[in-house]
Parts: sequence; C-alpha cells; structure tokens
Amino acid sequence: MTSFAKPKIARKNEKRNAIGLVRSDYDGAMSTLCAGCGHDSVTAAMARAFFELSIAPHQAVKVSGIGCSSKTTGYFLENAHGNNTVHGRMPAVATGAIAANGQLTYIGVSGDGDSLSIGLGQFVHAMRRNVDMLYMLENNGIYALTKGQFSAAADIGSVAKKGEVNAMPPIDPAALALTVGATFVARSFSGDREQLTALIKAGLKHKGFAVIDVISPCVSFNDHKGSTKSYAHTYKYYHKGVHADYVAPEEEIVAQYDAGQVMPVELHDGGVINLRKLDDSHDPTDRIAALTKVMASQNEDEILTGLLYIDESPLDMHAMNNQEARPLNAIPYGELNPGAAALKALQAGFK
Amino acid sequence: MGALINDFVVKVGTVNGTGSASANGLLMKAIFRMGIPVVGKNIFPSNIQGLPTWYEIRVTEAGYSGRSGDVHLMVAMNAKSHAKDLACVTPGGFLLYDNTWPVDSLQSRDDVTTLGIPLAKMCNAEFAVARSRILMKNMAYVGAVAAMINLDMEVVHALVSEMFAKKPKLIPLNIKALALGYDYAKENFPCAKALKLESRDLTKGKVMMEGNRATGLGCVYGGATFGAWYPITPSTSVMDSFAQYCAQFRVDAETGKNKYCIIQAEDELASAGLMIGASWNGARAFTPTSGAGISLMSEFIGFAYYTETPAVFIDVMRVGPSTGMPTRTQQCDITLTAYASHGDTKHIVLYPANPSECFDMAVNALDLAERFQTPVFLLSDLDVGMNDWMIDELSWDDNYLPDRGKILTAEDLDAMEQPYYRYEDVDGDHIPYRTLPATHPSKGVYFNRGSGHTKFGQYTEDGAAYQEVVDRLAAKWASAAPKIPAPIIHAAKSVADYAIIAIGSSDGAIIEARDRLADTGLNIDYMRVRGFPFADAVSAFIKAHKKTFVIEQNRDGQLHNLLLTETDAPREKLGSILHYNGDPLSFKFVQAALIKAIGELS
Repeated sequence: MTSFAKPKIARKNEKRNAIGLVRSDYDGAMSTLCAGCGHDSVTAAMARAFFELSIAPHQAVKVSGIGCSSKTTGYFLENAHGNNTVHGRMPAVATGAIAANGQLTYIGVSGDGDSLSIGLGQFVHAMRRNVDMLYMLENNGIYALTKGQFSAAADIGSVAKKGEVNAMPPIDPAALALTVGATFVARSFSGDREQLTALIKAGLKHKGFAVIDVISPCVSFNDHKGSTKSYAHTYKYYHKGVHADYVAPEEEIVAQYDAGQVMPVELHDGGVINLRKLDDSHDPTDRIAALTKVMASQNEDEILTGLLYIDESPLDMHAMNNQEARPLNAIPYGELNPGAAALKALQAGFK
Repeated sequence: MGALINDFVVKVGTVNGTGSASANGLLMKAIFRMGIPVVGKNIFPSNIQGLPTWYEIRVTEAGYSGRSGDVHLMVAMNAKSHAKDLACVTPGGFLLYDNTWPVDSLQSRDDVTTLGIPLAKMCNAEFAVARSRILMKNMAYVGAVAAMINLDMEVVHALVSEMFAKKPKLIPLNIKALALGYDYAKENFPCAKALKLESRDLTKGKVMMEGNRATGLGCVYGGATFGAWYPITPSTSVMDSFAQYCAQFRVDAETGKNKYCIIQAEDELASAGLMIGASWNGARAFTPTSGAGISLMSEFIGFAYYTETPAVFIDVMRVGPSTGMPTRTQQCDITLTAYASHGDTKHIVLYPANPSECFDMAVNALDLAERFQTPVFLLSDLDVGMNDWMIDELSWDDNYLPDRGKILTAEDLDAMEQPYYRYEDVDGDHIPYRTLPATHPSKGVYFNRGSGHTKFGQYTEDGAAYQEVVDRLAAKWASAAPKIPAPIIHAAKSVADYAIIAIGSSDGAIIEARDRLADTGLNIDYMRVRGFPFADAVSAFIKAHKKTFVIEQNRDGQLHNLLLTETDAPREKLGSILHYNGDPLSFKFVQAALIKAIGELS
C-alpha cells in the first residue's frame, strides 16, 4: 500500500480555469482505495470544485483524520499542503491551522467513524466555533479499514456483511450539525456528482463551518442487501431538497431559474449562492424548520439531500476571537515583543 | 526560643473562600517592602469554599527560597483545623486564635504559647455587614501579627491604599480592622520580642512573582502568538498570564484587533491538536497543562514527534497518579515527559527551578521546539508555578530574535538545485527543512503524516526506509543536549566525596540544607540539572563522586531512573532521597535525609 504518482496526460484544447490551470492540475496521487469506492467519486468532485472555483492549489490546505476517507487527502490537490492527523482529531489540528492563517482555503476530509465516534467531541466543538472550513464527512456506515464493524452512523436494522443487525440509533451528522452551530449543513451522495460538486463549491465559499454529509458506499463491506448505506438503497430512497449553485462575484448573476424558485444568499466574498428548491416544503434559511424537515424525512425513510441549512450571518472563529486578518505567522516579531522597558514597568506591580 | 530576627515562619490557617488570600498577600508584601527577603507558600484545597487552607510566610534574611519546616507563629483561624495547626508549631512558638468562642482546653501544648484574641467579637461590634465582618476579621489578624512581629504599619497602610486604589471607600474600613488587631495585640501579647522584623535593604532589584505568571510572560516575550488550553489546576494561571499580557501588549492600537489567538479547548486532546495545527502552519504556539493533561495529549505528542512539528507543552506538575491531589506539589511527570506517547519517542524537557527560569525557559522552549522541530516540555510544578517567589527582577535583551529554525521560503525553494524533500537530512545536522502551507505554487509541498514515511515524506511500509527516519530522529534528539540550559554546579569549598543531583523546585531547600551541613564540616557538591537530554557533564559529575544522591519529589525515583537509563553512570554511584507527600520540600527534610544516608554509608 504505497502511494503512486498519477501520470499526467496532456490533452489538446483542454479547458482552463480563470488562473490558467487545467483539471488535472488539481489531481493528487493515485487512489489506493477499492475499485468502485464512493470516496473516489467524492475526491473527483472535490478536485473539480477547486478547479471550477479557480482556487490556486497551493492556497488550499487539506486535513484529515484516520480511515479510508481520510486517506483521500493524498489523492487530490498535490500542490496543497496536507495534514493527515490522528484518529478523530482532525478538527483540532484544522482549527489551530486556521487560527494561524485564515487566508487559505481549508478542506477537511473525514468519515463517519472518525467524526461520529472517536472524534465526535472535536467535530462538535469545531462547529460551535464556526471555524471557516469545509468539512467533508464521507459516510459509509461502517469502519472499512478494519473490515466492516458498524459505525455510529449505522441505521437501526442495517445488516452487516456477516449478518449482524445494528440495534442502536444512528448519530445523524446533519441533525447534529443543526443543533450545535454549523452555519452550512448539506447532505449528498457520492453517486450524484453534479449536486455534490455544486455543494462543495458553495461550502468552500461559505464563511464559517460548512459540513457535507456524503453518503459514500463501501463496495467491500457495506454494499450488500440489508445495508442502508449501499448504492442500491441510497438510489432508491434518494430525495433532492435544495440545490445550491455558487456564483462568483465577478460573474454576472443571471436568473437562470424560474422566479420564485431561486433564493440568493449573499456571501462575504461578494459571491452568491443561488438556492434552487426542488422540494417546496424545505426552508434552508430557518434552522428549526430545517431540523424538522431532516427528522421528518428520516421518519419517512427518505434520504434528504442538497443544502439543508445556510446562515452567512454568524461570526466565524476569527471574528469571535477579534483576531486580525493577517496570518499569525506573518506578524513581525517586532510587533509582538513588548520590549525590555515594558517588562521593567510592569514589574513595578510586583514590588 | 531566643529572639528570632528576620528569620521565622508565620503560618495562617483559614477557611477557603473567606477572602484571606489578600490579607496574607498584604502581610507578605509588607515584609518584602521592609527590605527583608520573604517566601510565600500557599497550601490550599481543591475546593472553592469551606475547607481548610493555609498560607506559610517565611521571613528569611539569608534569602533562601525553600521552606524551613518550622512554624513559629501559627494564626489558627479555622476551628476545624485547630488541633492540626497546634501540632505543627515549633516548640517555643506561638499560636494565635480567635477566642470569641471557646476552644477545647485539651487542645493546648506546654511548649507553645497560646494567645487568644476576640477577632469575631471585635469585628461584629465594629462592622455591620456580614461579608465585611468576615473580610475584616482577616485584616484584624494581620494587625495582630503586625504588632507581634514589629511590622512597619506605615508600609502596611501604604499597601492598603494601593490595594483599594479603585475602591477608596474601603481604605478606612480596612485600616480600622487592622487597628483592632494591632491595638489588642499591643496591649495583651508579647510584641517584637520573640519574633522581630528589622528593616533591611535586601529586596532592591527583586520582585515577588509566581512561576506561572513568569511562564505566561515568557510566552509573550518569546513571540508565541497562539495558545490552546483546557483549564486544569495548577496550570490555569499560565494562560491567565498570557491572556493578560497579550491584552495589554498585543492589541492593535488602531484597529483594536488582536495579534494573537487563545482557544480554550474542549479537552486536552484538542488543546494539543490545536497547538500542533497552529505550529504546523507557522505560528509560535504552546499549551499549558498538568500531568493528567499530558496523559490525554500523549497520542498527539507522538504525532508531533514523528511528523517533526514544533510543539511546546508546559506541564505544571501536581500530585498524581490519576486525579491525585490537584492542589499539592510533586515532581512526578519526569518519566512521563521524557518519553510521552507510544512507540519509540524521546523529548526535550526543561526543568525550571524558580519563576526567573520559567520566564527564560519559556523562551528557550519556543526556540528549541522550532530549531529541533519536535515537542519540548517545560516541566514546572505547583510550588514554582503558584507560589510567590522572591526573584531578581526579570530582564530582557532587546536584541533577542526568535529562532524559527529551518523553514524554507519561496526564494529558498527557487534557489534549490535539488528537489525538496521534507525529511531529508540535507545539512548533516539531523534536522530537515520544513515549509509552511502556501509558500510556493509548485515547490516545497509535503503531506504531513503520522504513518510510516521515508525521508522523502512518502508513505512506506519498508523497514529500512522507516528505520532511516527514526534513527535520524534519535540522533536529532541527542544533538539537542548542548543546546539546552546547562546544569548548574555548586561546588563545595573543599573536595567532596558526596554529591547531590536534583531538578526544579527542590533547589532552595537543597541549597540551604547544603549550607547548614557545610557549617558542620560536611561538604557536598550539588548539580542542578536543567534539561533533558542530559549534558555530558551530568555523567562526569556522577563519576567524580563516591556517591551522588538524587533528591526528587516523587515516590519512584523517576530522575534517578532516568539518570541510570540515559547516562553511563554506574548504578552503585547513585542513591535516592525521595519526598512525595505533596508539600514543598523543606531544608530540614533534606538535611536530615542527607545525614541519614551518608551515615549509613560510613
């Protein structure tokens, strides 16, 4: 299980983004995941989102914990620094990194085991702090790297590959996120690349903590009959709620949709997320209504996807801490050191 | 007991939560202002209100920093601890108590003079508000003690005016309370006889400070911009100090924005991760905690070690194991911090002995962590961290510049002829170069991972490639020895057969015990080790003596064992003197233990 470099293939007339890069400039090493793994589709969507947003790869930072999903930070944006931390602790490292330099684009990649069991506390507290990052939770309902134990995301009644039936209620990351302060909550499916890419773009541009719970089936240990996280089950119960399209500030905002169907949400960078409702009963700007909708859809065995909730107004961590925008590592020591005279003066109080 | 001039101990026993801390601070500071060296030791419960608490003030003209083990005047303000308070008085000493209510007559000693003073009665008659009555009782006992020990009341009054500068209405109230105690004592007690203060000029250029305050200040002066923490006794005041001085010095005058970030984490696992994330991204970062926190941080400590991420852990030790005695002191994390985390890990550890060293070593720790790209522990303890020490005024060299270590810039990367690899030992000094995120569009990128990696930073399960990296890590660690603060040797006047090795807060008691033994003709050399990995001089020192006693504040002889493991000193040359009841070390204990140990050898 070593990493392999992905061969670069130059294509003629390849589409270039606003900073002159092609899609393959956003690739990483070859994936070492199983053929057909949902995570590889998510990786492709993340690379595509960065490409379409014209974010220079080295201006991004990738962080992850431990597990199959966490490995994928090696498989895209090879020119971005990555930090593959310890199990369940990515949120802390990401939060510290973001505190040190809030001017980069941060993407965290985690899984349901990493985020909902060992790392539940850190996941929750990163949301409470409204850390400015996109947190991808690639959810397959099991621990795949240790061969198929149930995770805390497993649904009641879901059947493991060896026949065991899960009896404990799941932790729904979206419902949880809605109650602890996340300001962008979405759910998607690795099999719906269009919806997923749009959500990733919107999530990256959102100021504050964005989480996307991505159902990402495990072909090796959880894609069988009786599993509620299989491809077949997900396709069957998949329900699209609200589509989110990011429109950059420099792009002319053209009403592409029928009036009344589109709700624009203004972002801090001047861009807009256009919300396209596919389900009229869903108001993604109302936290309580969104939580009610999420829980109601679960009750109906419906996998509600799309942008579940967004609020651009709360303070993010930097603002809460009243921290200046300049990265901490860019503040010259001269501005940090009070100097010998100040040390002498302050000690007058200790005599 | 003959008259003791400028060399005695006053101990105050009260109930915590009754406001006695400021009264005791006043007493101590007044002595300091009279130019007489003084030491304060706070012996307090892990509790907010209602339990016994003590404050020990040692007047020491000789300027020793440890406890003596004596109590010459016991101010027993807590009926519940009366028996214990009486028992601890040195024969010939005094016990002052509130005789408003009767205390069991059985609780007296022939060799202790018991002095009753109706503090509650006097305060109840004088003050109307219930809370004032409690608070003023504290000031009244300060007045009584002041009279007994000849404290300069002008100094006391000046301090009261400073204390209540923002609430001037309280000044006359406090002065009145002081007078109640003072006048009663003058009339009824032996004053300025057995215990007597005489003004001196010995505290010029000195300050009274706690180690945690100095550590926080050191982090400010060392250029730390990021601190993550989880509240834990006895380290909490490190972050209080850092926050206070950042608020004072690091807020932009024009924008009002902070040039620092402090995050109170959800637990110590997170505070370690936050610090590592910030440090990896180029901020100077630290996290203060205590032993229990280090246990929780251990996984991240190994991550920082193996990924070679600078990380500063400040461990203010308290009594373990488990929750232990959170408000008592020990040196019980010596082994833990030397090797924290699973797998083969070794760390740089600094051992401050007083607040001055807390300040200096906080700066050292930040520099060493970035220079060697590894975890560095500043191993303080509750005694150093939370007690008041008289130290030389802290000083600062304005020419200091932080050592950020080997970080490549975009220009460096463009100038490189060879490709960049994160873990390659290019210079042969065992230290690789690191880059910060976003440094360069196409060069210098790496993937930080705690999994097995080659010197090129690639994932590996290849034994030889793995071993090459961990062997370099061992060599890098060993190479830090000459860069950490060197041991301090106190040589005896003549050639000594016996020696002492110790670290940290044991210093004051050892210096004093050694002086007293020298007066009796027993000469002992003393080396205070100030960091790990050990300097070569440590082994040489042990070999040069017939026997070296390792004096430390834990049960298992952790420093002793570390010396056996990490130096080539012969086992038979080392002996062990252990103190681990949670009280700060006293010179009497050290003196007696040395006499006994040396006696057994000869």
